[in-house]
Amino acid sequence: MTSPQHTDLSQISERTNVQLPSWKSDAQPFVQIENITKKFDDFIAVDNISLDIYKNELFCLLGGSGSGKSTLLRMLAGFETPTSGRILIDGVDMAGIQPWSRPVNMMFQSYALFPHLTVAENVAFGLKREGIRGAEVKQRVTEMLDLVQLGHLGKRKPNQLSGGQRQRVALARSLIKRPKLLLLDEPLGALDKKLREETQFELINIQDELGVTFVVVTHDQEEAMTLASRIGVMNHGVIVQTDEPQDVYEYPNSRFVAEFVGSVNLFEGQVTVDEPDTVCVTSPEAGGELCVNHGISCAPNQDVHVAVRPEKIRVSETRPDQTYNCLQGTILDIAYMGSLSVFKVKLASGKEVRVTQPNTNRESGGRFTWDDSVYLSWDMDSCVVLTS
Amino acid sequence: MSASKIAWINDSYAKMTRYNFFRRVNWGRFSVVSVPYLWLAIFFFIPFVVVFKISLSEAAIAVPPYTPILDWNLEEAYVTLKISLSNYLFLLEDDFYLSAYLSSIKVAAISTFFTLLVAFPIAYLMARTEGSTRALLLALVILPFWTSFLLRVYAWMGLLKKNGLINETLMSLGLIDQPLIMMQTDFAVYIGIVYTYLPFMVLPLYSALEKMDMTLLEAAEDLGARPYQSFFLITLPLAMPGVIAGCLLVFIPAVGEFVIPALLGGSDTLMIGRVLWDEFFLNRDWPMASGVAVVMLIILVLPIMLIRNSQGKEGAA
Amino acid sequence: MKRRSLFLNISAGLGFLFLYAPIIALVIYSFNASKLVTVWGGWSLKWYAELFRNDQIIDAALLSFKIAFITATLAVVLGTMAGFVLSRFGPFRGKMILSGWISAPLVMPEVITGLSLLLLFVAMEAAFGWPAGRGTGTIIIAHTTFCMAYVAVIVQARLSSMDESLEEAAMDLGAKPSSLFFLVTLPLISPAIISGWLLSFTLSLDDLVIASFVSGPGNSTLPMVIFSKVRLGVTPEVNALATLMILVVALGVIGAMYQMRRQARLLAQPDN
Repeated sequence: MTSPQHTDLSQISERTNVQLPSWKSDAQPFVQIENITKKFDDFIAVDNISLDIYKNELFCLLGGSGSGKSTLLRMLAGFETPTSGRILIDGVDMAGIQPWSRPVNMMFQSYALFPHLTVAENVAFGLKREGIRGAEVKQRVTEMLDLVQLGHLGKRKPNQLSGGQRQRVALARSLIKRPKLLLLDEPLGALDKKLREETQFELINIQDELGVTFVVVTHDQEEAMTLASRIGVMNHGVIVQTDEPQDVYEYPNSRFVAEFVGSVNLFEGQVTVDEPDTVCVTSPEAGGELCVNHGISCAPNQDVHVAVRPEKIRVSETRPDQTYNCLQGTILDIAYMGSLSVFKVKLASGKEVRVTQPNTNRESGGRFTWDDSVYLSWDMDSCVVLTS
Repeated sequence: MSASKIAWINDSYAKMTRYNFFRRVNWGRFSVVSVPYLWLAIFFFIPFVVVFKISLSEAAIAVPPYTPILDWNLEEAYVTLKISLSNYLFLLEDDFYLSAYLSSIKVAAISTFFTLLVAFPIAYLMARTEGSTRALLLALVILPFWTSFLLRVYAWMGLLKKNGLINETLMSLGLIDQPLIMMQTDFAVYIGIVYTYLPFMVLPLYSALEKMDMTLLEAAEDLGARPYQSFFLITLPLAMPGVIAGCLLVFIPAVGEFVIPALLGGSDTLMIGRVLWDEFFLNRDWPMASGVAVVMLIILVLPIMLIRNSQGKEGAA
Repeated sequence: MKRRSLFLNISAGLGFLFLYAPIIALVIYSFNASKLVTVWGGWSLKWYAELFRNDQIIDAALLSFKIAFITATLAVVLGTMAGFVLSRFGPFRGKMILSGWISAPLVMPEVITGLSLLLLFVAMEAAFGWPAGRGTGTIIIAHTTFCMAYVAVIVQARLSSMDESLEEAAMDLGAKPSSLFFLVTLPLISPAIISGWLLSFTLSLDDLVIASFVSGPGNSTLPMVIFSKVRLGVTPEVNALATLMILVVALGVIGAMYQMRRQARLLAQPDN
């Protein structure tokens, strides 16, 4: 599960270079998920998951539909009871604690705004259930609506709001009780692309400002990458990898993760050199030797895959000066996408390789054309070997 | 099936705009409109005018048994217009009619409330189940609606009477010594109305509850509402259009109900439908019966308008 | 959550029990050999035999079926026209009035409808000699009036849930308004028309109050005969009659459901 040893921790991301992130210190985990399984009749939605989430984290559960990510979230909120295992939040076992008594709030995918109540009444709903009345409700609702920049819309009904405004009402409503843990189910799923990008950063700012622990469920890997301090990639009810966004992308631990997060070229082959800091793989598919500068643990002669991201591959007309990680092929297809161009290159083995090249100047888009014979190459530290 | 979706499905009011029909005059179109229009004008609207007219005349031993309002004789060249308000004055003066109206409204209101109470769990369960279970429950609700109304009221006679099934069962279980007097009481009338009008309540409730997003309840619970609080704060307000439509659909016909009080009620169960029936069939006082009908209609105009209003809203939503 | 759904199941279950207990009791007692309705005298079919020997009931039933059949057919024609006009003709002068006249009969107390129609018939007879006397014809007119309202509402509901682009497509392909109606719209709303016909038939067969007002001497419909019998108390023959009617209705509803499920299953298969 752990990623291979790599670069200095302090350079991983801007957000975490001030202090050591809590999941790397010895801090007590805030949410402890211990051997949780959930079955619906015969279907196993969540399969024996254990996971620790720390205070102030923005943890993303990333997975496709049916991966069990929403079920896990609903068990945290108390809408589903685990078949086995237990969940502790802030050290308290949540078994038998009903949704209305948990120190947890949820932002629903559909937002679930009460259509018969105004924006302000929606936001005030949770406070009133705590028995808070009068001026305090008013003051806290105003504060919260100001935080999400909706101070002027308190009297509207949900159906008089735009999608982005509804999303922020839902956020305000779920934050007003100052929950220790906020669960967000596809928080940006219903927004259009441009709005989604703006809102992502807003969400991060709010989380920083309030210091609430966020658990976000999403199927959108870009969303997970931007938002998360850590990502848990889920598949078939299991968390297959838990890591920081950069590690999930650069050091996927399995073919599933490599393919699910971003796009990737996979070359099948057999290990020929297996040393602590170098591994070489002979791949008939690639038509050459592929080398990686990290060690792996695997049986000798085991079938492995070498994964390389499209943007890490260089394209050249002449053969580059390296004996490994160098393939030859012809350009099958070119897609000009503005900031970059995507090439489909066909190797002698018939394998198609996807390569992206940034268009660093106006002419670079036209450097190659269809049926050009080209060389593809990359560095040892640009690819990974996957054993599963 | 959707017969009992009755009247609230109608989006035409919302779309109404002023439009000159004859600008697009088209005889095919015109005749298609005019056939149902004429039929309803003659057999639905004009009868009310006739009722109103006759309510202003007096009973007489004649065929038909009332005095003419307009009388003329061309040879002697006179026209007399004789309007009698005596029926209405009598309605106002005699406590019997006033208490009959009040008691009809009371019986209808109480029955409507109990119908709501019985119908809500059924409608809610239907809205929360899915697929074939839902279809089955729907069929179970609608099925009695297709059987004879008269026979369904009659079925309760066998259960409620002094030596009926309920009393026999309770006595044989030793729960009571004396048979309970249930037949010919207001209680039996409530039962009869709740029973026969139940589908009229269940279906509008169901169609309101079905539209409700169940995640709203989860959201309410998540924000700290207990189940009973989410019911009163979320479910009930959202089901309100259905509650209102259902209550009106039960209340309005219940006020004028005749068969149920006639079969299940006692001689002291005073209901205006029965009074009208007796005025007409026993006393043969057609003008008085018309007067009773006109006043009943005036009482019911408001709720009938409300139904149309709630239809309009439904259409606009 | 569990507790609530248990509460819900129990209260809904009691509701259904309330709905069906009287019917079940009625059916069982129709097979009671004893003349005393509350005393169980063993199983017997003798009340059914008695029922079929009762000419008064048989005649009334035949009359009621005849009236119901004609009423349902007339109501379907008029009601479909009204429903179609209201949902497909766009705005026209007097539409509000028509839709009011359509929805009001649905809730109008029967005593008022019955009385007003009778007074109309009497006034018409006095004015131009028609209808001469009252009987089957006046009952049919009265029943058609309130049944067409039900049909109109059903047809209208069906039409408003139906995609108007189907009709637009037919027009685009050259269908004129009249052929459009008969070739496209009518087949599409046929389920609504069928249920409207069946409902009208049932409502007409069931009506006591309106028929009592507008029928003439010697024209007793089935509900009128039943009413005069049960007013005096519970009678085993009526139990038998009720059981037969429930049986027919139950078979009809089950058949309709079966048909609907079969169609739904056919529709659920993609690209067939």
